[in-house]
Amino acid sequence: MNKNIILCGVGGQGTVLASKLIAAAAMKKDLPVMSAETIGMAQRGGSVFSHIRIGEGLHSPMIAEGTADVILGFEPGEAVRMLPYLKDGGQVIVSSRGIMPVTAALSGTPYQSGEMISYLKTRTDHLLVIDTEKACRELGSSRVLNMLLLGAAIHSGALGLTDTEIKEVIKERVPEKYHNINFRALEYTHSL
Amino acid sequence: MHKEFLMGNEAIALGAIAAGVNLVSGYPGTPSSEVLETVAKRRTSDIYVEWSVNEKTAMEVASGAAYTGARCMVTMKQVGLNVASDPLMSLEYIGVKGGMVVLVADDPGPVSSQTEQDTRCFAAFSKLPCFDPSDPQEAYEMVQEAFEYSEQYGTPVFFRPTTRVCHGYASITVKDETEYQPHRFEGFVKDTGRWVIFPRLSYQNHIKIEARNVKLAEDFSRYSRNRIYPACERNQKLKKGVVSGGISFTYAIETLEQLGMARLFKVSTPHPFPEQLALEFLDGLEEVLCIEELDPVLERELNYLCGKHHLPVKIYGKLTGHVKNAGENSRDSVQNDLVQFLGADAGGSPGNPDPPALPARPPVLCAGCPHRASFYAVKTAMKGRKTVFCGDIGCYTLGNAIPLDMVDTCLCMGAGLGIAQGIGHMEPDTACFAFVGDSTFFASAVTGVINAVYNQANMTLIILDNSTTAMTGHQPHPGTGQTMMGEIVQKINIESVLRGIGLTVVETVNPLDYQASLECVKQTADEPGVKAIIFKSPCIALTRPSGSMTVDSRKCTGCRKCIRELGCPALILSEGRVCIDSSLCTGCSLCAQICPAGAICSPKGCTPCPACAVCSPKGRTPDPAGEADASGNNSSCPADDACHLADQGGVHNE
Repeated sequence: MNKNIILCGVGGQGTVLASKLIAAAAMKKDLPVMSAETIGMAQRGGSVFSHIRIGEGLHSPMIAEGTADVILGFEPGEAVRMLPYLKDGGQVIVSSRGIMPVTAALSGTPYQSGEMISYLKTRTDHLLVIDTEKACRELGSSRVLNMLLLGAAIHSGALGLTDTEIKEVIKERVPEKYHNINFRALEYTHSL
Repeated sequence: MHKEFLMGNEAIALGAIAAGVNLVSGYPGTPSSEVLETVAKRRTSDIYVEWSVNEKTAMEVASGAAYTGARCMVTMKQVGLNVASDPLMSLEYIGVKGGMVVLVADDPGPVSSQTEQDTRCFAAFSKLPCFDPSDPQEAYEMVQEAFEYSEQYGTPVFFRPTTRVCHGYASITVKDETEYQPHRFEGFVKDTGRWVIFPRLSYQNHIKIEARNVKLAEDFSRYSRNRIYPACERNQKLKKGVVSGGISFTYAIETLEQLGMARLFKVSTPHPFPEQLALEFLDGLEEVLCIEELDPVLERELNYLCGKHHLPVKIYGKLTGHVKNAGENSRDSVQNDLVQFLGADAGGSPGNPDPPALPARPPVLCAGCPHRASFYAVKTAMKGRKTVFCGDIGCYTLGNAIPLDMVDTCLCMGAGLGIAQGIGHMEPDTACFAFVGDSTFFASAVTGVINAVYNQANMTLIILDNSTTAMTGHQPHPGTGQTMMGEIVQKINIESVLRGIGLTVVETVNPLDYQASLECVKQTADEPGVKAIIFKSPCIALTRPSGSMTVDSRKCTGCRKCIRELGCPALILSEGRVCIDSSLCTGCSLCAQICPAGAICSPKGCTPCPACAVCSPKGRTPDPAGEADASGNNSSCPADDACHLADQGGVHNE
């Protein structure tokens, strides 16, 4: 199995933990894994990404354009930013909730995340838009975005990983009191 | 042996531990900081590790350790090497007894640095060997080999990863603790003819160094990590070759494995250059493309070789405009350069039509950051006056952004002080300010203060004391009272240091108390001579937020002063109304203190706004996923990922 996975969003949304879980789950299957992510100034409210590569015979931690199997967009505009990496027929999973940059608040011309979703629709047939605001309300936590998207990606089949495999690494890496909420978020998209 | 998913920097640290390193010193700086942190976290009991006060001191501490025969490593980023270059340039002549690895992380791009300098050039300048790893697995093994070479040749060696190697992750094979090689050493043996530098000794040793480097170059031609990959040369009629090293090599080999149209030469020791192996590579070739970042080091070496041996090979790269001469290479830029060089069919995707305008997300000071309040107080107090605000290196460099716009100059660590003095001497009617963080103060501002006092400067020093080295990931420093050995020690008090130097006006104020700060600046700035204000309030990543502020839409007049003047990321517009994002707000209350309508209040003191759901009166909700981060770092940081695995921003340092 060779997979190129991109996670993208805004600093603070939990992309790092999600990418660590994917990597750990792949390692459990004895698959070689590499990843690269944004670290540095850009992280403070800036655009962030993780490239994850799973499989034999890889050298570069960075994914080439047009070769990503799946993009997990934690924010619609950021998913559009990463779109050049998507391969033909690749899967896009995106949160519907836009995050306004400070600059937009200053200029008084808020950016419209709806436009980003519409654009994504015209660019790929494999688009899954998750109403994460509704989901977070229903789950009673504003901070499970990463698990919602990860769950949706698993269920789409694009990651080549199963619910059980991810849950196993969550159990190993996350304190027990948070297992339940994370599992519920992970399974949330099942019922959609 | 076992497998771990490791960041390149973590792999380097584990490699050094496996090689029996006895001492590790360094100064934080992206992208190098995690090396020393990992040594501290994973060290076996007899390894000494410290964050030194700056890179020069770190280099000297490591040198002393190497004089005893101990194995040591000193870590820094590329601009830190400039600070450490004084001891290093002399150490080159003295040499070492124990293996000494000088880890300098370069930052092509630059991603989070002031310069795009190339440590491979510094290696040539200082005549020291240089190792250049391509990925975490190689870095893990290579750093162990670097210790061997260092000891064998009695010289410090450079180990130079770049950002993508430092911060890339891979599942790699590492040794179990039982396989570590403990390094025993003799101790310091007095010998003035060896350890005391004098002109005559330098001359004698210079001769030895030149001879040694010839021998090393021969040795490096047999070093297995300098390698020719004929596998990439499936079509024997082609007369083209590619030279690369570091992260660019991974981009190149991935492309060439597909295209199979060129001989590939990986250079892992750019200095001394493995000439013999390079000649083998060049044999029969007509054209060579050099793929590297920063300076055209490999390209110049090949040009030199072709001249020296009258080889009819054309060398292309940065010098000929075939590869861009600034910025970072990417997987795609290298592929494009190679496709062009080889005349291959690009294939390529049709590309996407222009997307709608994407939101720009420049880095900003966090919501609740005390630096914002400090800058705002100074800005307001000095309104209408002729001022210059000299900034420095750290999170507070971000005070340059609109709307604060409070950084008029920024050069390098500690430079703001000298620049403020220089401007003041030329423009006596300008009120000159220098802003410096607490970690930077200790690293490189103290001498600037002494200079100002001695030379009768007229300036205001603003210390932004947030009790940590925030931008590089919250490392301790002399003012925090913690060491990397886990000891709690006496804090060095900045106010006492300043008074000891001779400043008589040193005020300490909490920047989150707006009125007090404003008054403090107004009074202090008009004092003659050198005066200081210490704005003391901890980084938001070190404290629990006190709950979100809320906007009462019945009182809010919509003047947007808060948004226009503070630029806090928690202040947002929702359907034309000012709202506060409760997931970001820390309750610092600066916005409430400046609101002319009194429409912003603390969570306890106001009725929830009925207009929309953005300002949640409940404040912050718990964070199951984020808090659960396996790294076990500060879970209260509102920037979440930021202070966990990846808050290593950092221009140079703080």
